[in-house]
Amino acid sequence: MQKILIKGGHVIDLGNGRDTKADLLVEGNRIAAIGDQLTVEGAEVVDAEGCTVSPGFVDLHVHLREPGFEYKEDIFTGTRAAARGGFTSIVCMPNTEPVIDDETGVRFVRDKAGQHGAVRVYPAGAVTKGQKGEEIAEIGLMHEAGAKMFSDDGLPVVSARVMSTALTYSKMFGVPISTHEEDPTLAGDGAVNFGRISTLMGLPGMPEEAETVMIARDLELCRRVGGHLHIGHVSTARSVALIAGAKEDGVNVTCEVTPHHLTLTEDLVRESDYDTNTKMKPPLRTESDRRALVTALREGIIDAVATDHAPHSFDDKDREYIFADNGIVGLETAFALLHDRLVLPGDLPLHRLIEALTAAPARILGVDAGTLREGALADIAILRTDQEWAVNPGDFASKGRNTPLVGWSLTGKVETVLVDGKIVMRGGELL
Amino acid sequence: MNSEEKANLRQKAQIMDADAISRALVRISHEIVEKNSGTEGIILVGIHRRGVPLAERLARQIERIEGTEVPCGNLDITLYRDDLTLRHDRPLVQGTYVPIDITSRTVILVDDVLFTGRTIRAAMDALMDFGRPGAIQVVALVDRGHRELPIRADFVGKNVPTSRQEVVEVAVREIDGFEEVVIMERIGGEASNGGVEE
Amino acid sequence: MAELKSKDVLGLEHMSADEIQLILDTADSMREIIDRPIKQVPTLRGRNVLSLFYESSTRTKISFDLACRYLSAGAVSVAKSGSSLDKGESLRDTVRNVEVMGPELVIMRHPSGGAPHYLAQNVTSSVINAGDGYHEHPTQGLLDMMSVRRRTGTLEGLKVTIVGDLFHSRVARSDIWGFQKMGSEVVVSAPSTLIPPDIEEMGCRVEPRVEDALKDADVVCVLRLQLERQKQSFFPSVREYHALYGINARRLGLARPGALLMHPGPMNRGVEITTDIADGPQSIILDQVPNGVAVRMALLYLLLGGGE
Repeated sequence: MQKILIKGGHVIDLGNGRDTKADLLVEGNRIAAIGDQLTVEGAEVVDAEGCTVSPGFVDLHVHLREPGFEYKEDIFTGTRAAARGGFTSIVCMPNTEPVIDDETGVRFVRDKAGQHGAVRVYPAGAVTKGQKGEEIAEIGLMHEAGAKMFSDDGLPVVSARVMSTALTYSKMFGVPISTHEEDPTLAGDGAVNFGRISTLMGLPGMPEEAETVMIARDLELCRRVGGHLHIGHVSTARSVALIAGAKEDGVNVTCEVTPHHLTLTEDLVRESDYDTNTKMKPPLRTESDRRALVTALREGIIDAVATDHAPHSFDDKDREYIFADNGIVGLETAFALLHDRLVLPGDLPLHRLIEALTAAPARILGVDAGTLREGALADIAILRTDQEWAVNPGDFASKGRNTPLVGWSLTGKVETVLVDGKIVMRGGELL
Repeated sequence: MNSEEKANLRQKAQIMDADAISRALVRISHEIVEKNSGTEGIILVGIHRRGVPLAERLARQIERIEGTEVPCGNLDITLYRDDLTLRHDRPLVQGTYVPIDITSRTVILVDDVLFTGRTIRAAMDALMDFGRPGAIQVVALVDRGHRELPIRADFVGKNVPTSRQEVVEVAVREIDGFEEVVIMERIGGEASNGGVEE
Repeated sequence: MAELKSKDVLGLEHMSADEIQLILDTADSMREIIDRPIKQVPTLRGRNVLSLFYESSTRTKISFDLACRYLSAGAVSVAKSGSSLDKGESLRDTVRNVEVMGPELVIMRHPSGGAPHYLAQNVTSSVINAGDGYHEHPTQGLLDMMSVRRRTGTLEGLKVTIVGDLFHSRVARSDIWGFQKMGSEVVVSAPSTLIPPDIEEMGCRVEPRVEDALKDADVVCVLRLQLERQKQSFFPSVREYHALYGINARRLGLARPGALLMHPGPMNRGVEITTDIADGPQSIILDQVPNGVAVRMALLYLLLGGGE
């Protein structure tokens, strides 16, 4: 059996009470041992001196675009991008063409990922057939086929009745319903946050209440009918307050936040002079929203970080602002951006960032990942927290180059990644 | 001319002082009246910038001689220049004011220095857009030669032989606060804008 | 300083008072040409101007076309309908084509805020924004300032009141920036649904009651009400809008005696403005039209008049 010994790293895995220097032995696809000064005959040694050894990251929100939009991304390139970013398990959203709303679609993605994927892929099934928001999809059959989460992401479930039904029905399988909270009548054709920037830039705005009224509705539904409500890409201070209140009341709700909403604000739209890589849903918000998100993440009100990796082709973004597609890529910059902008200035402890990237999303998804416990699957990310690098989209494994971070200098890099006991990236290079 | 070019100039000689300018304008006033057999049908038009006060002075002088008021206008020829695309700067566009219909009248254009003739050419183009003058005559305080177009002055204050590299500068009280005409020569280097009138 | 700082005119927000002054002074000189019997000077002979109108426009387009003609520039206009602009050609491809065709200046109107900025970043030609989304309409702002200045001599210390659909108005935004830079005080008023959020950040004051906004105004600028906004429920009816915010003789009477009345056109008579005052002695609405041509001539001259 193949053995890999990761030597000399600082192991952070708070779920198992570990935040110390230790060696870690991988045998086959499992973690065999963690301890001081391990020496093992015949093991391949990975020198982790000066590095942080973390469970592989888990991303609850990725757009792999396959099937249908392979010109933007596919399972091969998207999972390689994930590996480069330290992510060993990802949930891919079903807003493809066709929509992944039945077991065939789920199996297609799982099979393809099994053959070509660099990391583990958990397809999210659609909540409603064709993501039309009218009839709930075959959640049970998709669950049997391997879907661990359900979402109409990209679109809200507009009908409260349908949402209520989906939450009620999902209880039978214990699966989370991940939401895209956006009241279409309030959001309109908004391209940026409604407020100062929409006024100054003359762009249609999307008000924060487009998000909050929908969150409030879903929290009330979940409070009443149960199920597991997982609120996707939370972006405002009020959203956080609503979720905190519901959690206090014992509502079964979890939520996630993106790296960009934690680090960027609407001012970037103006500073970049209409760079369409500042256009996303939900839009970049204000500095006070951003701060509230950071605080909520630190305090655990926000459970997890998820990238909402949304690759687009050059042409889809190289357009007039109001016509450009929404979203940015995130997998390959997530850790560096958050480490540089939040951990280094002291706004977020490193162990909490790692928890929000590992154990927390794994728990939400109900998979055995995000842990370095002995006997667990050997999905591991080795990080260099002292390495500075400049973001160059030309180096991305993703087909998407759409990021507003071009040329940004960030400290913190993913060095080596193991998936299922195999090294998929070493020294920053994908194998 | 920009200030950098100006810094490379040195005064060579004064060719007219305030008295000489004044005497020349009085003489030209008489010549205008004589040539046109009075003031009937004439209009003076000064070319921006220093032609404007000169035209006004001529008008006042003629009024003193003949006792009749002579209409006086001014003309900005910037928009008619043939060298706009050759220049680095964009000349400020000044106003143009022609008080009466010039059709069939004798228009007397007044400029400070007659050099290549391109300014007068532009001024004549501009005038044509205001009507069809009966005749156009030209007054120049200084004629320095080097014509590039078949244009001549009808009334000249002083003929001054110059080299192409030299610059003739006219100062008038109304704009500069003092009066003189001087020849400037360049300190080293060739003229960078030969053929372009300021 | 006879220069504009940028090769493009995209908005008044980033333009200095000196630059605005230069444009207005130059426009005053251009205005004289418009009043001549032969309205043409040879200044820009051989220069080429391309107009791209992604949104319908009558008066702005005619105004730019006349400005080109009066300065003897060659002008080619492309309107959206029936052209490649309407056939899904990307702006990127349009930009590439523009580069190859090589006009010295491109005039652009577009429904998206920032589209002329995109064009300007990607071509070496000068770009004039003829209205982008509800961001800015700098030539309208300039002609409004010119129209007032020709009557009052200065913009310093004037109180300018803008009434109407501020939310969707690029004219309002350019006026707010421009008049304030030239020393005027700007007060705005509109139904609360038509006031964009945080508009005070632009430096103007918001008076929700139109009567308060009009008090002691030297200039009243009435914005066009886009009637289709009623369907989007920004206001309940044209009748109610007129009753609460329409400018009539009684409301105009709250302004300074002799206050100037402007409207960028086209007017909805009897809606945002009544006919008696639109055609009355305080109205300078008809001045705005030739002044618009003069301002556009001034910009063409200032952007194209010099050499390389």
